[in-house]
Amino acid sequence: MRSLRSRYARDNVMLGFIILNTVAVLIPLFIIIGYVIVQGFNYISLDLFTKELGSPTRNMMGEPTGLVHTIIGTAVVDIMAVLISIPFGIGAGVMLSEYPDHWANPILRVLNDTLNGMPAVLKGLLAFVLVVKPMGSFSGLSGGVALAFVMFPIIARATESALMNIPWSIREAGLAIGLPRWRVILSTIIPAAKVGLVTGFLIAFARAAGEAAPLVFTSFGNNYLPVKWTGWIFGPVDTLPQRLYNLAISPYEHWHGMGWAAAIILLVVIIASFAAARFFIRDKKQG
Amino acid sequence: MDNVIENKLRLETIGLSVFYGDNPGVKDVSLKIYDKKVTAFIGPSGCGKTTFLRALNRMHDLTRGAKVTGKALIDGQDIYDPKLDPVIIRRKIGMVFQKPTPFPTMSIYDNVVAGLKLVGIRDRKLLDEVCERSLRQSALWDEVKDRLKTPGGSLSGGQQQRLSIARALAVEPEVLLMDEPTSSLDPQSTNRIEELIGELKDQVTIIIVTHNMQQASRVSDYTAFFYIGNLIEYNKTTRIFTSPDQKRTEEYITGQFG
Repeated sequence: MRSLRSRYARDNVMLGFIILNTVAVLIPLFIIIGYVIVQGFNYISLDLFTKELGSPTRNMMGEPTGLVHTIIGTAVVDIMAVLISIPFGIGAGVMLSEYPDHWANPILRVLNDTLNGMPAVLKGLLAFVLVVKPMGSFSGLSGGVALAFVMFPIIARATESALMNIPWSIREAGLAIGLPRWRVILSTIIPAAKVGLVTGFLIAFARAAGEAAPLVFTSFGNNYLPVKWTGWIFGPVDTLPQRLYNLAISPYEHWHGMGWAAAIILLVVIIASFAAARFFIRDKKQG
Repeated sequence: MDNVIENKLRLETIGLSVFYGDNPGVKDVSLKIYDKKVTAFIGPSGCGKTTFLRALNRMHDLTRGAKVTGKALIDGQDIYDPKLDPVIIRRKIGMVFQKPTPFPTMSIYDNVVAGLKLVGIRDRKLLDEVCERSLRQSALWDEVKDRLKTPGGSLSGGQQQRLSIARALAVEPEVLLMDEPTSSLDPQSTNRIEELIGELKDQVTIIIVTHNMQQASRVSDYTAFFYIGNLIEYNKTTRIFTSPDQKRTEEYITGQFG
């Protein structure tokens, strides 16, 4: 009995240690979230979501200013990044997982790993060379391309591992009833891996949504709403991470506060997307 | 082999070998499979019976480093003809696996008709008919007819295996390969599947790989005994289990090794 008691004691010590570690990790997270909310809360207002920022004098003259152009710009750039990176990322992941013998597979793997490890600022440079230079101006589109470079390798890797988790026998079963290879992948393997694919996509999205570096010389930033709607795609566009930085290093106290408010919005976007994913995953598993 | 001449030939291999890298998994097997008969492949683990079975509908195409040499013919047509799409072969030669393999996200109904629906057949009436016919053939209809829309994965193991068989039958294959179809099932489910094999053999040619010699003797008309990649003996099942020609066969079926 004594040895049993000492085992329980050891178990409790280990459990305590694990809880301590968990708390140690969570505390900074809550401090960050709490501090951001405390600092920015007073700057959350209706104007923030309806007015553009304009020049610094606008606020000094008492005109209402906000970040509506930043919020819409972020949505536009992120959506473009998602639309570009999902088909390519899933396609590459399928290639990596399903065609291990294809000659292009090792090349793709090296390229994908390189892209994944490449600093985000270089991805911005890549988009600058590929999109901004030929088109002759900074644009939301080039920002979308830059963020797609951030998302693509993460989606590809997540797709690969999600597909690899589906037993090989399912593929053989599909082939054995005379389905072509691509049909087996599209109609049985990918739906079965849906939870993994969505999770991978969200991790990629959360990574990209917080990136500022690749946007500095692609979407560039803007203090104003575009004159025409095409300006969102082909003109310089403001985004939350970059605006947050610009507001923070500005010499105006009001702008600092708006920077905190921008941080709150960014946090809400990221937390909401993760919460949505959790909900989606749980829903699917029960159904 | 006596009295085999009266049966119609369906599948034939001539000097068929399967290599994994440089290692032969199956060596130089020549075998004739007869129409509307049940042929059992028996032998100890690693003897190559499954490897040989998988060669018959080109399942090795997907296995890294696997290579098939020699000839395999179905109705005289070369299965490994490079101009032939393996999809066409697999429509003729269906397969049921060791573990049940319902498509995870699909309902019972969609699982059964997957082989038709996913190649573009949309005729609802036809699909309904095929679904009912296949599930009746696999003796699952009465158990699932009221819940065809529920996920295939919600069935018990034995039911899932019969679902896999129904799915294989839905595309009306001429030959059905069964790779140890009852090895993961309880005795009752095993019984059902064995009965099923007896009922199906009027319609399809069945080849079954089994570890279980009683099963081979119960369900099959012909039996092939494999040992370390070689076909040792092939004959009518009654002959194999009563007076085999080869000493090894006798040793195996009497339980002296394997």
